[in-house]
Amino acid sequence: MWIRRAVQHVSLILATLLVGGLLGATLVRMAPGFGVDPQELDTRLSEASLRALRDSHAAERNVLRFYASYLAGMLRGDLGISYSLGRPVRDLLAQRIPTTFRAVAMGLAGGWLVALALALPAVLSRRRACDRLALTLSGTLLCLPSAVVALLFLLLGGPVPLALAVVVFPRVFRYSRNLLLEAATLPHVLAARAKGLGGLRILARHIWPAAAPQLLALAGVSVNLAFGAAIPIEVVCDSPGVGQLAWQAALARDLPLLVNLTVLVALVTQAANCAADLAATASRNPR
Amino acid sequence: MRAEPKTFHPLLVTDEPSETVRYLTSGVLIRLNRVTQELEPELAVSWKTASGGRQITFQLRDGVSFSDGAPFSAEDVAFTLRAMMDPNLRSPMADSFGPGPVRVEVSGTARLTVTFPAPVAGLERLFDQVSILSAQSPKKEMAGLGPFLVAEHQPGSHLRLTRNPNYWKREASGRRLPYLDSIRLDIQQNRETEMLRFRRGQIHLINNLDPELFERLAAETAAAAQDAGVSLESEQLWFNQVARAPLAAHKKTWFRSRNFRAAVSQAIQRQDICHVVFRGRAMPAPGPVSPANRFWFNAALKPAPSNPAEALRRLQAEGFELQAGLLRDRQGNPVEFSVITNSGNRNRERVAAMIQQDLKPLGIRLNVVTLDFPSLLERITRNFQYEACLLGLVNVDLDPSAQMNFWLSSASNHPWNPNQKSPETLWEAEIDRLMRAQAAAVEPQKRKGYFDEVQQIAVREAPSIDLVFKNALAAVSPALRNVTPAVLRPQTYWNVERIYFAK
Amino acid sequence: MKNTARHLAAGILALVFSASLLAGLLSPARYDQQFRDFPNASPSRQFPLGTDELGRDRLSRLLYGSRVSLLLAPAAALLATLLAGVLGATAGYLGGSPERLAAASMDLFLSLPWLFLLVTVRATLPLNVSPLVSLGITFLLLGALGWAAPARVVRAGTAALRDSEFILAARACGCRSSRLLLRHVLPNLKPVLSAQFWISIPVFIVSEANLGLLGLGVAEPLPSWGNLLRELENYQAVLANPCRLAPLFLLVLVMGCFQAILPREDFTA
Repeated sequence: MWIRRAVQHVSLILATLLVGGLLGATLVRMAPGFGVDPQELDTRLSEASLRALRDSHAAERNVLRFYASYLAGMLRGDLGISYSLGRPVRDLLAQRIPTTFRAVAMGLAGGWLVALALALPAVLSRRRACDRLALTLSGTLLCLPSAVVALLFLLLGGPVPLALAVVVFPRVFRYSRNLLLEAATLPHVLAARAKGLGGLRILARHIWPAAAPQLLALAGVSVNLAFGAAIPIEVVCDSPGVGQLAWQAALARDLPLLVNLTVLVALVTQAANCAADLAATASRNPR
Repeated sequence: MRAEPKTFHPLLVTDEPSETVRYLTSGVLIRLNRVTQELEPELAVSWKTASGGRQITFQLRDGVSFSDGAPFSAEDVAFTLRAMMDPNLRSPMADSFGPGPVRVEVSGTARLTVTFPAPVAGLERLFDQVSILSAQSPKKEMAGLGPFLVAEHQPGSHLRLTRNPNYWKREASGRRLPYLDSIRLDIQQNRETEMLRFRRGQIHLINNLDPELFERLAAETAAAAQDAGVSLESEQLWFNQVARAPLAAHKKTWFRSRNFRAAVSQAIQRQDICHVVFRGRAMPAPGPVSPANRFWFNAALKPAPSNPAEALRRLQAEGFELQAGLLRDRQGNPVEFSVITNSGNRNRERVAAMIQQDLKPLGIRLNVVTLDFPSLLERITRNFQYEACLLGLVNVDLDPSAQMNFWLSSASNHPWNPNQKSPETLWEAEIDRLMRAQAAAVEPQKRKGYFDEVQQIAVREAPSIDLVFKNALAAVSPALRNVTPAVLRPQTYWNVERIYFAK
Repeated sequence: MKNTARHLAAGILALVFSASLLAGLLSPARYDQQFRDFPNASPSRQFPLGTDELGRDRLSRLLYGSRVSLLLAPAAALLATLLAGVLGATAGYLGGSPERLAAASMDLFLSLPWLFLLVTVRATLPLNVSPLVSLGITFLLLGALGWAAPARVVRAGTAALRDSEFILAARACGCRSSRLLLRHVLPNLKPVLSAQFWISIPVFIVSEANLGLLGLGVAEPLPSWGNLLRELENYQAVLANPCRLAPLFLLVLVMGCFQAILPREDFTA
């Protein structure tokens, strides 16, 4: 039974990845500025060289053909060659993925920890001042553009994961606070409170199961959020990760690189959300 | 470095970071002194041109070897030139020398004659860009004749160069140059971060410093902020004059009208732009060529003061009328057009905002649209869906022959109207004629005469409104000695072999 | 105590709103007037909050910018929240393979490089659009692109509710699905939707400035809080000229007041 479920999940993920890659490639190809090289502005080039430059993108003009060849290459383990950096995509990704993954993992963990640390007292102790303070803090941090957060960290000499945590925290805090508070007002929780059960026990046995599905879904979504935030932060902090690569690829309309990045992000997002769904189902079932 | 170098092959260099690496690691036959703008012998002790720029004979230096010990001889030069002109390699430098195969005759280990099929204008100074490769060394293009060699490359982070133990240049006392042991080139895109690291002492040299950062640095450490004077970099605004562009017919008429363009040019307050945006570190442009280009600049040209009243008069002479704060043309169309510019450059966006305000008293409504660079490029080179464009042009080369494709009406790089089958206006035809004449002539003064006239026409017809020429600003750490920032690339380290740390 | 706070917040909001509506009367200068002799000036009588890098009065730009940001960002946030609510709830409610398909497409939506869609939209627009049209399109885009993340959370919440007792009871009573969704499910999703709404407003205000980099967003010389906040990127100048923090301060103040006056954010019984 669960084998079939697992196969269904995996095939859906693969199908989504395929479609996602194609859609991403189409978006890039159809966007204005594709196939235009800043080198064309060099006045030293002759007409023949210019024409050769313009034709060098011919292989990527037909999206379907490009995608087919890309998939064929992927089966062989070759992810294509980046047009703007002139190096195989596989090497580029292999170099940069660890940096970003580490930063994102630490940033997510940090952001969630702080968010929960601030949300739980609001739920358990019902002290207004604490809640207000946390809300104000998260509100202020939300209003700062990611670039400014990154610059602040640069100035203070902080690490990139911390900047990511600062970006993730306000969004996660708001949601989790609301979800936990809502769960705390459910009838059976109030009943448990009236019976005199301790805070932690209420939290673990009553509040958590009620809020779990949505919190876990939030966790899955926050992965994607962290990746999205990683791009401006890495660009500003000059951290050699996937985010910086994505930004440069976007500016250069580097199709091979962008398709790979789209598939990578889709894979990570799907994996995170799938894991969240499974965890949510598991937490639901015992009831 | 602002980006990752794309290639380490000296003949395939197109972007600035790669050029930096090439300058530091390879040697050339003739070097253009960046400060005096004169040619100096480098690997060639002497040279002689003949047959009207078609042939050049070099006498090479003895006792020079590559970084890995391989000896340098005329064979290496021959190999380099043949490789460069090889159509399969598609070296961007090859086009400067003209089409066709090159004939190289080697006479001895230190002498060779190069013959080109067509005369090349300014032949000698082109060799400043030709890095000599080794014909025999197993390291191929990584063996260089420059003061440093590539030791470590951390992609995305930095590049480290160490001194070349076999570098041929020596100082007067006989001690081998360079003085420095190693150079670290950091890949840094963010200017604020760069300045922060400079202050902390992690970075010692910054080229192309932003005027705002320069001002701040000058306020703190006056010695560190160095202004080399006006450079070759300009900001220009041009109008779309392409006949088949998808513009409204009345707009095409405006853009093709000389009085309209000249009026817009006169209304712009260039002094304000220099003062506000560039903090006084720029000068109003007298014409298309910068005064920094000592030989080729037409000294008779002076920056025209702005005169909005005169501009309005010109427009009225053309049939435009100012009604209730809005300028209308003969048919009653309100004069409103857009200018596109690239979004990464804050200074350029500010210049556009200032021009917008300058044109308001004339009743002209200017819409500023910032686009990402590829979209902008597509509009100005492929589909011509734009009305006016504000961009900065960087002239790396002093000689006007390098800009033939900018001035010729039939060229693809002719900004306001590329690829004309035949010149569409009289002045375009005249410029074509003059540029071809200067390319064909050999005598420098004669060439200068032609080019001076081209500059005159450009100022009179104003197809591209030259706004300002920016100063070359650099940050130099007080710990270094012998750094004299020049205006030409590479600003601060053109004499890298003579730079050393103060004890 | 609580009422005083609420009244104070309401008062501040009324002040800000009326100031932005009366910006024409209250601002010392036009928002686009460049006092070219005083770039980056410190606060003075002539320029209460100083000037920006082109010599434009910051207070005037702040007041005029309030109009744009205060009106359109909440509208876009509302659009994004509604889309998230409707689409997420429907997906969660359907269950089975349509739900999984919907979840996969939401994930896909989150992963695609939307930068290129935005650039394409800019390319299809004429270069000389009126500021109103470009603003409208900007915020429509923001709203349309911001729904996927919360939709996923909503979907999870709906899926959890789907099997709960009171829904089953309501269905047993013969309640129609649409009514079920509207009257029973959506109210239970309020925590997620309200969180999404409050998060989106400042995020959209800031994103509008980033859209400006692509040619969408508010065009020069119109100010908006987003492009005023971009001044903060020059952080060393901020230390020299603390008035650059004024839009940030105002934004936080306005957001705080909104939350103070809107009741029942605590979900306390």
